[in-house]
Order: sequence, then C-alpha cells, then structure tokens
Amino acid sequence: MLEALQLKRLKQVVQRVYHTVGFYRRVFDEASVTPDDIKTLDDLKRFPFTSKQDLRDNYPFGMFAVPMSSVVRLHASSGTTGRSTVVGYTKRDIDTWSELMARCFVAAGLTKNDIIHNAYGYGLFTGGLGAHYGAEKLGASVIPMSGGNTKRQIMILQDFGPTAICCTPSYALNLAEQGKAMGVDMRSLKLRVGIFGAEPWSEKMRQEIENVLGIKALNIFGLSEIMGPGVAMECLEGRHGMHIFEDHFLVETINPETGEVLPPGEEGELVFTTITKEAFPLVRYRTRDLSRLITEPCRCGRTLHRMDRVMGRSDDMLIIRGVNVFPSQIEAILLAIKGVEPHYQLIVDRAGTLDTLEIQVEVGEQVFANADEVKVLQNMERQIAKDIKDYLGVSAKVKLVEPKTLQRFEGKASRVQDKRRI
Amino acid sequence: MKVEQISIFLENRPGGLEQVTRILKDAGINIRTLTLADTSDYGILRMIVNDVDTTSRVLKENGFRVSRTNVVAVEVPDRPGGLHGILAVLAGSGVNVEYMYAFVERSGENAVMIFRFDAPDKAITILQQNGLTVLPGEKLYAS
Repeated sequence: MLEALQLKRLKQVVQRVYHTVGFYRRVFDEASVTPDDIKTLDDLKRFPFTSKQDLRDNYPFGMFAVPMSSVVRLHASSGTTGRSTVVGYTKRDIDTWSELMARCFVAAGLTKNDIIHNAYGYGLFTGGLGAHYGAEKLGASVIPMSGGNTKRQIMILQDFGPTAICCTPSYALNLAEQGKAMGVDMRSLKLRVGIFGAEPWSEKMRQEIENVLGIKALNIFGLSEIMGPGVAMECLEGRHGMHIFEDHFLVETINPETGEVLPPGEEGELVFTTITKEAFPLVRYRTRDLSRLITEPCRCGRTLHRMDRVMGRSDDMLIIRGVNVFPSQIEAILLAIKGVEPHYQLIVDRAGTLDTLEIQVEVGEQVFANADEVKVLQNMERQIAKDIKDYLGVSAKVKLVEPKTLQRFEGKASRVQDKRRI
Repeated sequence: MKVEQISIFLENRPGGLEQVTRILKDAGINIRTLTLADTSDYGILRMIVNDVDTTSRVLKENGFRVSRTNVVAVEVPDRPGGLHGILAVLAGSGVNVEYMYAFVERSGENAVMIFRFDAPDKAITILQQNGLTVLPGEKLYAS
C-alpha cells in the first residue's frame, strides 16, 4: 500500500527534521506539534508551512539535516547573496533523484537504446545535472549539451541523431526557428520526444513544438527546493497532467490566502513534503506554484496522482528563459549601483520564441548633474545589464527613462508588466 | 571665460522636445543655440540660453533631469582650415574634445563653435596663447 509507505516515511522525516534542523524544532514547538502527532497522513495538516523566506533566513546551510561531510552535491537558485536558496544532496539523495529522473524518461517512452540531448543548463541550476544523472541511470546515451550555442546544438541534433531532447519549451521553439533559418528540416531529425519544463507553457505551445519538431512534447515538473526536475512527469500515453512521485513527495493544494487545504481538483498553491530526502528535507514547503491535483485514473495505468500544468504563481516571481527572478533581486542590484535610483519597471515579453526582459530605470539626478555625456549614461546601462547577468544569469535590455515617467507603486508586483502570451 | 550650458535628459518619444520648448516659451527663455545628441532610446539636449538659472529651475520643476556644464565658445575664422587651426593648437596638449557644435550667430566675420573639453581651463589657456578668441558667456547669452 502506497499510503502505508508514505506514513512510515513521513513519520521518519518529521522525527529527523525535529532532531537535526534547528528551524523545524523551533517552528514545531511554536505550533505545539511534535513528531509523535503524526498518526495518519492527514495529521500533516497540523504542521506549519515552510516558506521560501524561511530558506533565505537560513542561508546557506541552516536547513541541512546532515553534516556537510555527508553532502556530496550543492545546487543553488540564482540570486544575490542571502537571497538565493542553497540545496544539498547526500549520495543517497543523488541516487533517489537519478532514479526519479530515470522514471521520467521511462514515462516518456525512452530506454537504454535512446540518445538524449540534454540542453538544460549545467551548473548550479538543477536542470542539467538532474536530467543527466537520470539519463545515465536509465542507461541511455546522454549528450551533455547545456544551454546556448544554438547553431552547434543544431549541428549535433543532425549529426549525433538524438531521439529525445530536454530543455525549456521556449528553447525548443528557438532551436526549431534557428534550425529552419539554417535550412535544416527539423521534422526529419531522429528526435521523437521532448521533455520540457522549468518554465510555464501552454497546450498551444505544445502543439506548436510538436508540429515544428515532429515530436511528442511532454511536461516535467520540479523545483530545486524539493529536488530539481523529476518531482512529477507526464506520461506518453496520457499527456494530461504530471504523475507525482508520491512515494517520495507528499503533495497538498492550499488556498494561498488562508492556508486551508483544498480538495483534489481545486486550483490552489502546491505544497510539498519530501519524505525520503536526507540532506535537505522540507515539511510542507509552499512552492507558490498554482495548479490542481488530478485523482482520476490515468490511461497509462500508473496509479500515482497527477498535477495539472502550473497555471501561475501566488507571488511575484518571474520565470525568464527558465531562470527564476524576483523583482526584489533586481531592485537590490539596482540599488547597489552608484547613482541609480530605485524607480524601475520590468517589462517581460516574448520576442519570437524567447523571453525578453527590459528594465526601465529612471536617470538619477546626481548622475546626470555630474555628467551630461552619452558615454556616462551608456556605461551605467552596461553596468546594470552586466550585474543583472552576473547575479541572476539573465540577459536584460536596460533602458534609461526620464524621471516620473514610471508610475509610483506601493506593491512590487505592479513594477512588472508581463506581456507574454503563453 | 567659460560659457554655461544647460543639458537635459530626453527620452525618444513623440512630443518630448515640444514639451521642453513649451516650458521655455512660457518662462520667456530665449534659446540662443541648441544641439541634440541621440542614441536609439534617449537623447541629451544641450542649449545655450539667455537665462541659465531660470531655465534650470523651470525644467527641474517639470521633472526633467538637468545638468549645468561649462563649455568654451571659440571664434572660428570662416574660411577653409578655420576649425583645423583650433584643433591643431590643441592636438598634442592632451586636451580632449568631448563634443562640439556650432553657435547660430556669427561674431563679426567669424563663426562661433562651442566646445566641451575634458579640461576647459587648460584648453582656454592654450587657445588664448595661440591668439584665438575665446568668447565670454555674457556675449552669447544676450540676444
């Protein structure tokens, strides 16, 4: 029985975090709950949530449940110091992750006979290495492409003949577009399936990708705090909702305003509890991703419940070309640059297939009073763009604007104009 | 011997320049000369006006970023090689021209050029030592 296994694992993880993570001891005590209160899976409801802010407050290693000597890998979200979140993995965590990613590939119909073109970024981002280890676990041949260098990617897609590709859905469209521009018939490549994630996309994009690349496009879900890619995955047979690996993660949907747990089928914020992770276990982690659970049986025969595609966020996080960006991070970078005033607006759009980020910044009084030269302003623009790229890993177009052309807002969300139609 | 110039930051948008000229008209300012340095997204409008203080104040009141910069006005003989004669005396002195533009009125037989030097005092000394006429601000502000 899955539930019996979940309960056993849940009890273990709640005991473990209470005794090894100072944060959990404190918040459990404050909420007057003890690990012994877990008698059934339903008792999890009584435990407090963990938020992204809690992870930031415990930056970098405060949430780790094992000594560093047991940690074999670190990954981190983008961000300036103190704003990113760092996650750790034991050897067994890496094995679990590889296993779950391998399950994802199997769900996509792949075997050891396949060649997987992995264009997720390698590095601190979990996408690249997560997919890589899963592909090796499956025994497939993995091409560790990472992101960028699109012309070379197209050459390798032609010459190495991969049968599957992993990347963000927008990058898949970009590859198709560039390939076409290079005179390559992208539909005649050996690719037959794509595993796409790390950013929101739609059924319309799925149809477009399937059409231009001549493949089946599948959705994958994950986030570094919970593990990385491979938390949930669509199956080739159903292609409707992602099966959640419930033997490793418990999922709830909540009302983001009240925290109340919602019945399956209702849209709400996804909350995950990791029940097997050793180095970085989380209890009731609020993802801020909005989705709904699907409990009806799937035609593929898997009994694991599914989650629908992520429909939005309950906070102001932006996902730009697969990179998570908070307006507050951009504000911190702007404020650190001399002469830049904290009046800015972010305009996110999609040019063709790729996300664009424009940062409109008002010209500071002092900066302009001291120099009326174009080169001074251009240097400032370059500095802002460089710092954004260095700290957050996204390219931005910086546009200087006259003072007071940007509306003054109270809330941060209004500093963002997301014009993308996904 | 320096001339005070007013610069403002202007976005490239329809009506931007018109807004400036309207503000100056309403304040009774006479623009003696102007030039616009532009990039794809914005420009810097540089002007010599009859009343620097009032211009600076009214533009700031209307939310513009304003800069007051010292530039140098030099008489340029209106004949082939006139401008070259000025640049030639500066070449090798280490003084750099950041930008330059022409003044609309003549000074007697001569044209007038406005220079922004990275070292204006040094430039003025060199120009005067070489017998060139540097015009005082008052002569340009007055119409």
